[in-house]
Amino acid sequence: MADVPRSAVIGRDGLDSLIRALSARGRTVVGPTVRDGAVVLAELSGGDDLPYGWGVELEAGRYRLVERADGAAFAHSAGPQSWKTFLHPQRERQWTADRDSDGAMTFSQEATPAPSYAFLGVRPCDLRAIAIQDRVLTGGPHEDSNYRSRRERALLVAVECTEPGATCFCVSMGTGPAAGPGYDLALTEVVDGAGHRFLVRAGTAEGASLLDEIPHRTADPGTRAAAESAVTAAADHMGRTMPPVDLQALMRGTLSAERWDDVASRCLTCGNCTMVCPTCFCTTAEDITDLTGDHSERWRRWESCFDLEFTHLPGGPVRATPHSRYRQWATHKLGTWYDQFGSSGCVGCGRCIVWCPVGIDITEEAHALARERDAHAPAEER
Amino acid sequence: MTADPAGGTAPAPGEDADGRPSLAVWKFASCDGCQLTVLDCEEELVALAGAVRVSYFLEASTEAGEGPYDLSLVEGSVTTPQDLARIAHVRRVSRRLVTIGACATAGGVQALRNFAEVGDFLSVVYARPDYIATLADSTPVSAHVPVDLELRGCPIDRGQLLEVITAYLAGRSPDVPRHSVCFECKRRGTVCVTVARGVPCLGPVTHAGCGALCPAYGRGCYGCFGPSDSTNFGAFVPLLRRDGMDTLDVVRVLRTFNAAAPEFAAVSRREEAR
Ligand code: SF4
Ligand code: SF4
Ligand code: SF4
Ligand code: SF4
Repeated sequence: MADVPRSAVIGRDGLDSLIRALSARGRTVVGPTVRDGAVVLAELSGGDDLPYGWGVELEAGRYRLVERADGAAFAHSAGPQSWKTFLHPQRERQWTADRDSDGAMTFSQEATPAPSYAFLGVRPCDLRAIAIQDRVLTGGPHEDSNYRSRRERALLVAVECTEPGATCFCVSMGTGPAAGPGYDLALTEVVDGAGHRFLVRAGTAEGASLLDEIPHRTADPGTRAAAESAVTAAADHMGRTMPPVDLQALMRGTLSAERWDDVASRCLTCGNCTMVCPTCFCTTAEDITDLTGDHSERWRRWESCFDLEFTHLPGGPVRATPHSRYRQWATHKLGTWYDQFGSSGCVGCGRCIVWCPVGIDITEEAHALARERDAHAPAEER
Repeated sequence: MTADPAGGTAPAPGEDADGRPSLAVWKFASCDGCQLTVLDCEEELVALAGAVRVSYFLEASTEAGEGPYDLSLVEGSVTTPQDLARIAHVRRVSRRLVTIGACATAGGVQALRNFAEVGDFLSVVYARPDYIATLADSTPVSAHVPVDLELRGCPIDRGQLLEVITAYLAGRSPDVPRHSVCFECKRRGTVCVTVARGVPCLGPVTHAGCGALCPAYGRGCYGCFGPSDSTNFGAFVPLLRRDGMDTLDVVRVLRTFNAAAPEFAAVSRREEAR
């Protein structure tokens, strides 16, 4: 390993070879690409599939693709999907049961091996989101073994943020715009007078060996400095912030705030926020039987606390009102997640803000709750 | 049948010698599209015929069984005095009654008459309106008799229909989620047409079940499954306006197959009165 590079600079051709090298190692390469008016995550057949020259204009409840003159590939943020689409798919078979003519039952579990993914373009906030789902789905006594096998076989190529969206607030959540731990390779895109290139750092031995395999050159001080200042500048361009308070305490202390009525009057309970959130993990079980009655299947599929049936008990749903369901979502993300998993459930990606049809903004709600608390609290308690 | 078709309860009244439960398909005021969905279950039809005895289904066979029936699927809305008597009969001879489609669950597109004077239509449409016996309103089956389950859609979804039948055979509750179409849209991986393109879409207030078909083809949902179990039109109508709909557009988009569904009707009346 001694002479394998830990950092280097690659060009567009280097990125193309990286995708080829990953495919040659039997990996399914997934990354950003333009489809149906958005930068989505999909299987890439080559470097040309990347969204070179596309940026995004984001606002609460609004997403638009915009052309960019600089030809950057990673100057976009918060698409409609996250990596959970692949690691924690929306619907998955758990087991099947068959009854033979003697009435004997056979249960079987899926035997197909998990795909070996390479995720290209994992944002720092999403890197943290993956770590949070790791904790949720594999860190407790009842682990999701399918998730674990997909996760263990996945290779992560992070891309640092140089162009945050108007709905991003990773700085408030401490998750970006520089890449934290967990990547195999981390890229920083630089486009300036000296050309279009990527500073690459290896985080693991496999990352380093990939870097060794593709055309690269020594990381020059100019590229290093440009990459660093682009990421630093991004931190100063966050479109959103969270109030600079203990969010867990804020959620715990505002359960009966009037603001929840206000947001409930605007919320459609459509569930989009939970579906796009990279950390939301909730699922429900679905049982299927066929017409013969001799074959049945158990599936699990994404579910959301915005669904009335999510808390359905014999007496009806526990969270019957939109008020209680929105409050569950926000307090879980920002408050009770700490009690449950020891961290925030929000990484500041802004997806829930963009993809909420009516543009409900979790940062605006948190600011409003903080203002309401402060307005009611005696000065010394602030 | 190896499974207990009645799900562990007493033997079903309409079972034949093989223990197959009996199925009846009834038609009221409707276009037959939902019944055709039953026939459209091509790959499953042979298995279906093995699992149930189709005792009454005029769309498929002229043979009418006697009843009582274990499972009745009812298509169509109640629009005539004869319908009133017939739906009471259907309920009497059915162990379980499932309504299929927007007509049977909400009154259908023919419930547009509920927003006008039916007499005015009669004189325009028929040469001898005095020959026509009709009710002032087109109403869902549930307005007249207790219903065990309602399947939404214009037409119904084939997968949901099979789910209802297989669940019935296994004695389990069918999995028919009542949340919004957006859940299905996101699960399918469709890019939201409202957020990414400003296209008006009824998905956030519409009952799931179609698999978010229209947005997958770049169109807004037009609500053919009717209202979901949790709608907030106070916040939703301004969204339609933001995306370019005026009052007339809002009234029109809510007055289609589910015009008389209470949530849709209340909003379209309120908008019309603006
Ligand atoms: S709560 Fe919103 S901003 Fe936070 S991680 Fe989830 S989708 Fe992103
Ligand atoms: S916010 Fe809701 S859907 Fe998301 S993880 Fe929490 S309970 Fe589950
Ligand atoms: S906050 Fe927005 S996306 Fe979430 S359920 Fe409410 S309306 Fe839908
Ligand atoms: S396209 Fe329509 S159904 Fe799909 S998420 Fe957007 S609003 Fe909901």
